Amino acid sequence: MNLVTVSGPPSSGKTSVILKTIDSLKKRGFKVAVAKFDCLYTDDDILYEKAGIPVKKGLSGALCPDHYFVSNVEEITKWGVDNKFDILISESAGLCNRCSPYIKGIKAVCVIDNLSGINTPKKIGPMLKSADIVVITKGDIVSQAEREVFASRVNTVNPAAAIMHINGLTGQGSFELSTLLYDESLNIETLKGKELRFPMPAALCSYCLGETRIGESYQMGNVRKMKMED
Amino acid sequence: MKNLEIKKISELLSEFPFLSAFFNDNGLEIEGKEELTLPEYFAALDEDEIEDRAIDVDNLMFQIGEFIEQMIAFLGKDEDIVKTVTILQGTDKSGNKEDFEKLEIHQGEIISIVGPTGSGKSRLLGDIEWVAQNDTPTSRKILINNDIPDKKWRFSSSDKLVAQLSQNMNFVMDLSVFEFVELHAESRLVENKEIIIKRIIDKANDLAGEKFSPDTPITSLSGGQSRALMIADTAILSKSPIILIDEIENAGIDRKRALKLLISEDKIVLMATHDPILALMGNKRIVIKNGGIHKIIETTDQEREILNELEKLDKTLSAYRTKLRSGEIIEKIS
Ligand SMILES: Nc1nc2c(ncn2[C@@H]2O[C@H](COP(=O)(O)OP(=O)(O)OP(=O)(O)O)[C@@H](O)[C@H]2O)c(=O)[nH]1
Ligand SMILES: Nc1ncnc2c1ncn2[C@@H]1O[C@H](COP(=O)(O)OP(=O)(O)O)[C@@H](O)[C@H]1O
Ligand SMILES: [Mg+2]
Ligand SMILES: [Mg+2]
Ligand SMILES: [Zn+2]
Ligand SMILES: [Zn+2]
Repeated sequence: MNLVTVSGPPSSGKTSVILKTIDSLKKRGFKVAVAKFDCLYTDDDILYEKAGIPVKKGLSGALCPDHYFVSNVEEITKWGVDNKFDILISESAGLCNRCSPYIKGIKAVCVIDNLSGINTPKKIGPMLKSADIVVITKGDIVSQAEREVFASRVNTVNPAAAIMHINGLTGQGSFELSTLLYDESLNIETLKGKELRFPMPAALCSYCLGETRIGESYQMGNVRKMKMED
Repeated sequence: MKNLEIKKISELLSEFPFLSAFFNDNGLEIEGKEELTLPEYFAALDEDEIEDRAIDVDNLMFQIGEFIEQMIAFLGKDEDIVKTVTILQGTDKSGNKEDFEKLEIHQGEIISIVGPTGSGKSRLLGDIEWVAQNDTPTSRKILINNDIPDKKWRFSSSDKLVAQLSQNMNFVMDLSVFEFVELHAESRLVENKEIIIKRIIDKANDLAGEKFSPDTPITSLSGGQSRALMIADTAILSKSPIILIDEIENAGIDRKRALKLLISEDKIVLMATHDPILALMGNKRIVIKNGGIHKIIETTDQEREILNELEKLDKTLSAYRTKLRSGEIIEKIS
């Protein structure tokens, strides 16, 4: 089986791009499934089901969705292998600009959109900087100049990535993406022993563990203070 | 990039000035640290900083090397000129061979593409953009300058074969016209920036029905003005040799001059349109049916005469529109 991790800011077009890309993959005879990870809420599983795509959904609740993703990706992979899918695509919402779900040796796709502003590529961390493929959506509603400037900003923070433009509404460009996702020579049976591309922050303070009271004496663990000099 | 590790940052910056954009966009503060080498610079960052800002030192060293190589390639080459794009016969949706063998499109030509929704217009444009090599659903092959094209056309962010214009496009940035064009010019690393900016704004005003000044916010331009600026900017600043037009509105912009401007900048213009005034401005039109190229029609002399008639009708119509807008009583215009 091939595993592909797709990540990107909320509403950037991940589901739209994945759905259109799977259309092309299915035409080539591949069995494709999706695992969707989000934080509090998602309807994406219904969209995938409607399209006849097997889907598993996981909500991280109070945890960072990327932390939750790594803790569950091995089980999801097993589900994929047991069901004999050819390609398993994970969709995760990049809510935390600091974390990313990418794994060494597993294809990593970041989806961002032209509407998010030209400074966005600068702000997104490893989710953009360590992706193999960066998909830029919503080019249909901004000017050519804005598209060019945005793509060049993406290129500055991740010069090694293949940058692709896809229209999530019409699917223009998704066939092209589909040709980059499957690698015959790869066969993932398990993720045991594989490593994340980039470590997730170690931050664990008392508030992560449910503390609600405010004040110095309740702050434990990895606490950091703002510089307040004037 | 062997010297990357032993040169001081100041030396790297004077050799590769574009690196300052790289440092800036990647959030690396180098002020006061110019006398360090890159490995020294990274070693001097404290652990918290590396963790907080998600700095991946190995990856960054690799990316810097990659970036320098790309920029050198980008700056060094004489723009490799696309003189012709050739479409070679593929198959339609039923798998039958298309009704043409070879279509060569030249710099400065305008080609219209017509056919009902779902017939395969977008796929044809997609084949060109992806420089299909018998690896798309249509099995078409695209040649550039009569040769198998370079892979860069698929993945490079600075060498895109196709630029797009459509009436659904809007400006979303919060900038003035001048700042906007300047930003684009800077990202293209053009020399004589000031002259180019002025030229674009002048041309855009030439195409627009109502004039606008360089300090107008782009988001408050009218539809026609926006389109005029997009066209002038794309014609002059975009590096893509092919311009794809997906309908342009018929108000507030001189479409004939817009097309002339694009051609005078040596672009190839492809238009998916069913507006007869636009479609007949093309040198040829491609008729798509069931996913395949069904016919290639050269615009006939008679069609050009009809185009003249249509343009007259169009002028009359817009004169009535102007009268209506300015609150006049409508009388017959002769
Ligand atoms: N105009 C335009 N709209 C798009 C494009 N791609 C996606 N959209 C729209 O953007 C919205 C969000 O798209 P989704 O595919 O649901 O985005 P997502 O990243 O999966 O969102 P979450 O999973 O909720 O984070 C939808 O309304 C899409 O129809 C595009 O290329 N152009
Ligand atoms: N020659 C072809 N062979 C197979 N499929 C095709 C062919 N041409 C077009 N298609 C498919 O037909 C569908 C509709 O084509 P599209 O280009 O979107 O039409 P249009 O832009 O004219 O509305 C798309 O899914 C496209 O991939
Ligand atoms: Mg989604
Ligand atoms: Mg179409
Ligand atoms: Zn996180
Ligand atoms: Zn915490």
